[in-house]
Amino acid sequence: MNEIKRRDPRKEWIARNRLHPQHLEVLAERGQGAASEWLGPNGVVRKNPHAIGFIGPNGVKRIDRSGAQQGGQAAGSTRQAAQDSRRNVTIEAPAFLVAVVPELSGGRLSGHDKDLLGLARRLADADPERPGAVLAVVFGEHKEEGFGEAGIDRLLHLDDDAYAGFAPEARLAALSAVERELAPRHWLLPDSPLGGADLGRRLALRLGERPATGVWQIEADGEAPLGWRCTARGAAESLDIQRPLPRVALALAECAEPVDETRHAAEPLSLAEAIPSAFSRIEDLGQVAVDPAGVALAEAEFIVSGGNGVKDWDGFHHAARVLGATEGASRVAVDDGFMERHRQVGATGTWVTARVYLAVGISGAIQHLQGIQSCDKVVAINLDPGCDMIKRADLAVVSDSGEILAALVAKVEQQRGGQRDAA
Amino acid sequence: MRPEQQGVEVAVLVSVGCHPITGRARRADQDARGLELALGLERQLPGSRVSLLHAGPRGEESEAALRGYLGMGLESLTLLEQAEGSDAIPALAEHLAAAPPQLVITGARAERGEGSGLLPYALAERLGWPLVNGLAAVETIENGVATLLQALPRGQRRRLKVRLPAIVSVDGAAPVARQSAFGPARRAELEATSVPAEPDRELAEWQLAPARKRPKRLKIVKAASARDRFKAAAAKAEGGGGQVLTDVTPEQGAEAIFKLLQEEGVLR
Repeated sequence: MNEIKRRDPRKEWIARNRLHPQHLEVLAERGQGAASEWLGPNGVVRKNPHAIGFIGPNGVKRIDRSGAQQGGQAAGSTRQAAQDSRRNVTIEAPAFLVAVVPELSGGRLSGHDKDLLGLARRLADADPERPGAVLAVVFGEHKEEGFGEAGIDRLLHLDDDAYAGFAPEARLAALSAVERELAPRHWLLPDSPLGGADLGRRLALRLGERPATGVWQIEADGEAPLGWRCTARGAAESLDIQRPLPRVALALAECAEPVDETRHAAEPLSLAEAIPSAFSRIEDLGQVAVDPAGVALAEAEFIVSGGNGVKDWDGFHHAARVLGATEGASRVAVDDGFMERHRQVGATGTWVTARVYLAVGISGAIQHLQGIQSCDKVVAINLDPGCDMIKRADLAVVSDSGEILAALVAKVEQQRGGQRDAA
Repeated sequence: MRPEQQGVEVAVLVSVGCHPITGRARRADQDARGLELALGLERQLPGSRVSLLHAGPRGEESEAALRGYLGMGLESLTLLEQAEGSDAIPALAEHLAAAPPQLVITGARAERGEGSGLLPYALAERLGWPLVNGLAAVETIENGVATLLQALPRGQRRRLKVRLPAIVSVDGAAPVARQSAFGPARRAELEATSVPAEPDRELAEWQLAPARKRPKRLKIVKAASARDRFKAAAAKAEGGGGQVLTDVTPEQGAEAIFKLLQEEGVLR
């Protein structure tokens, strides 16, 4: 009996008629709520634009035709859905291990590390029947939380003071212990001057392998001993060497796509046997304070750059000295003779890679903005609130540059003085 | 004279370089910097002796390149003569083990051949000596312990203490090499000794080709709908999410900047 659908033409009519006094009741009864779309009596789809959309930031009603926000859903919920679209992967009994030693510069996985983990995933997931697991060996303290998102199945965290700073011998002893106990099929390290290149070469020779260095591409090859062949850079970047992939490989940045579809378990792991403490013949005495003026502009970490808006150049130099920043300049400042030519930032001058770039009185010509493309944080001090530099900046202060710099210097000196007193 | 002011024996391993544009043989840039460092050490510690060592074939082109090092102010260079394509590491290790110097300086990587930068590491592993990479300067050598400055990225330096004998490798952060003088280079001596050599079979099996340009990574946008893809494609690179402070006193502005600088950790 219940399978037969019975129509109530009167209720259908009321549901179509928005002006009927019982319209909402009928809709609620039919389970449609405020219907935004229904089939009309002549077979035409009718839409009610009043029932859809959302109130935009300016108080105006907006309708998103993409379908993502149908029915007035919040924008946040779709983003949530996008985040959760990663597939969870757990590899219980891996056929083999791919060991990766990320650098964790600044305590987080760098882009280079993530590329390397993508490469490790390619090696591990080549055979879906017998997947391998990616093991990451992490030294010292870290701030990273997304190990699973980066594609790590097993995480071996070795936190000991012995691994702090430049301690290749202690790290090498730990990696040798990993090799003895877990015997990974592949070892992957970043070929970068931050430490991976050094450690990887040491490890390879300790294991008696001839590593591939500067690897930037791998492809499957049945004839090679490990089933892969790689293309590596050699001879001062002027040669491509094609060779079978050895057990230890040092890969360049962008050697593979980082993992972005799956989330892995990142299970913590520990070694059964204790790591023998290595006798170290190298003692790290810590970093040395370097004169910021002597650091090359292209590789300086913190740059204070002056432009046409700087009137008090002595104050500017003093501020740069107090802040411990390398000095840069815009073209105008160089042309007017306030700064040397080699300090010029921009298309004609130097392309800088600073983490923090403080632009003082620079309006931001496109050539200058090109030069600071790869800076992480840009701070602008300028009188003109509409200038391009302020649009680019992460923090902009619309004010006179001289006063701000003087206040900043006072603030820093006061802070340092306070620290000295406390100490 | 104090005992720590004794000179040290320094061996500089040099290779035949390759001009990046013309491809001609030349003195390798990093090795020349290593030699410059050694010569600076000689001036710093009177009584030090610097010797030059090269393993490889003797030819007209390579000899001209090796004389480039001699023109920096040395009288002789020891050449371990080997056939083309042989492994230099056993010959160098044997030579160094026979008459161990206190400090061995090499460039970080060669400009020809595999250029993997493995040679200093292989020598250190064979001889059992400590190795420091990326050397910027030698500060002092006292009682068999050297205090070195290691170059880090972004122009930073790290001070290390290393027990000698040690191997150090030098890259672009070391002092720039002096010019090579032609006359002294002609007059200096190449002491060639023939050494038994094994051919490097593995290298011979690999395929070498001029470097291809690496593909640029594309910005891949994963979006479900056309609208999201369009938004991602049309978005400006600049975030525009910056904070703009207007009508603030200089103190407030400085405070905000100071906070950002501290968060980023650039104030020391």
